[in-house]
Amino acid sequence: MEYFLQQAINGITLGAIYGLVAIGYTMVYGIIGMINFAHGEIYMIGAFVAVIAFSILAMFGIANVPLAILIVLAVAVIFTSAYGWTVERIAYRPLRGSFRLAPLISAIGMSIFLQNYVQVLQGARVKPLQPVVTGGLTIMRSDHFTVALSYIQILIILTTVVLMIGFSLLIARTALGRAQRACEQDLTMAALLGINVDRTISLTFVLGAGLAAVAGVMVTLYYGVVDFYIGFQAGLKAFAAAVLGGIGSLPGAMLGGLLIGLVEAFWAAYFTVEYKDLATFAILILVLIFRPTGLLGRPDVEKV
Amino acid sequence: MKPVLLEVEHLTMRFGGLIAVDDLSFAARQGEITAIIGPNGAGKTTVFNCLTGFYKPTVGRLTLHHPAGPLLLEQMEGFRIAARARVARTFQNIRLFPRMTVLENLIVAQHNVLMRASGFTLGALFGLPRYRHAEQDALERSCLWLERIGLVTRANDEAGSLPYGDQRRLEIARAMCTDPVLLCLDEPAAGLNPRESAELNQFLTGIREREKIGILLIEHDMSVVMGISDHIVVLDYGKRIASGSPGTVRRDPAVIRAYLGEPESDAVPAERT
Repeated sequence: MEYFLQQAINGITLGAIYGLVAIGYTMVYGIIGMINFAHGEIYMIGAFVAVIAFSILAMFGIANVPLAILIVLAVAVIFTSAYGWTVERIAYRPLRGSFRLAPLISAIGMSIFLQNYVQVLQGARVKPLQPVVTGGLTIMRSDHFTVALSYIQILIILTTVVLMIGFSLLIARTALGRAQRACEQDLTMAALLGINVDRTISLTFVLGAGLAAVAGVMVTLYYGVVDFYIGFQAGLKAFAAAVLGGIGSLPGAMLGGLLIGLVEAFWAAYFTVEYKDLATFAILILVLIFRPTGLLGRPDVEKV
Repeated sequence: MKPVLLEVEHLTMRFGGLIAVDDLSFAARQGEITAIIGPNGAGKTTVFNCLTGFYKPTVGRLTLHHPAGPLLLEQMEGFRIAARARVARTFQNIRLFPRMTVLENLIVAQHNVLMRASGFTLGALFGLPRYRHAEQDALERSCLWLERIGLVTRANDEAGSLPYGDQRRLEIARAMCTDPVLLCLDEPAAGLNPRESAELNQFLTGIREREKIGILLIEHDMSVVMGISDHIVVLDYGKRIASGSPGTVRRDPAVIRAYLGEPESDAVPAERT
């Protein structure tokens, strides 16, 4: 029981991070119908910016932990959003209106480019970060096992919940969210109502990148290491999460992230750590075979 | 005479060897309904596509006379034509946002006002008073149009679930919510039964009287065209073959020839299929 609870906590933490990244996939797919495979790299850049920002702050001797985290979050979101905007601007916008596969191939190219770009600039070695947030709560204790909820886990889960609520409000209530939903359904008509479609799409990339940056910062705080390759794996898993939840659906991405995180944690706990990725991607395959629209996606009705 | 709102001069649109619109000139006046009619393939929709930025005209000038000064539509980007020149348009087929509610369809048409008021989104997220006021105004305007099209009770239903005739009227209401000076309607009566077309006539003349905007109308339903147009332009093979009041146009031999193939007296133009 204690062991199960501990794994659930770990799974939810992991799932929160996947969920944040998955939103970026699902929003971009919703609005322009392409999979942004460079999104995982955007998340990786967020993590790198976090490490760099933390070391710079340490140089200036800013020891106040909440303040440092806030500054790092702000810096990471700004930098990473700029990357998200640029990627859309140079790799996808020129291909809009081209055949469907073109932006996809461009996305894969962008992904490889960004990976190598970070590898060249930052080196291939793993970059460590001194633990910033330490300590935690003990929830339950039995003779041989302690269930711990660390502060960093609380931070991750709370941040994710707040961001997801804020994000749902943004999509449901604001003019930008309404424009995004309109663009999702009919780009041409949206433009004819005076909506700046290019800007709406750019902002979608920026928002997705911002969330990925937060996920990147959180993962850096959680694991304490980053390398240029983390974006690929996390990106694929977040993509699996978006598909599992139903790509194009925002609550689906959150739910999918959570489920993937839990599956991964439990598989690693009760079966084998080596094959935890296998479990995740097996789920992706099963979903695609038996329920291609995902858990919360709407079936694509072909009108004749 | 009412002031000229839209001036189309020597509009020509070529697609490779095909000339869809050939040296077309006409004017649409403010507070009038100008109908563009003609057999299928005459180039009517192409004119609309040039006006709303889908096509760049091969030759020609499209001037919209705003109070602030004339704007050249052929040089503007698609969404700016709606946002700055304030030209609104509907299509032959229905293009509502089917998975948004009826009310949201009308509010999203007021996007630019709301976006400015929200200080580009942040204000909206934190519920600043300026955005709340703007949203209140947008809501009132939407409700006004919902009343006019008789859909108040269905405000929160998905637009895609409405009956066909209601969707048609909602589209026009949505176009009106963008606060246009020129409204381009592409076959608004297509698929409507005679009673619904009669209602549409009333609705459109109501807009003309109340809003004092110019309306451009493409329509095959002659009960609509002859009933409400102030001025008719007849196209055939991209050329203007006649123009004038409904009375003159319906007696014009060239129009009768285009529609029926051979001269015949007293014939009312009917749709050529």
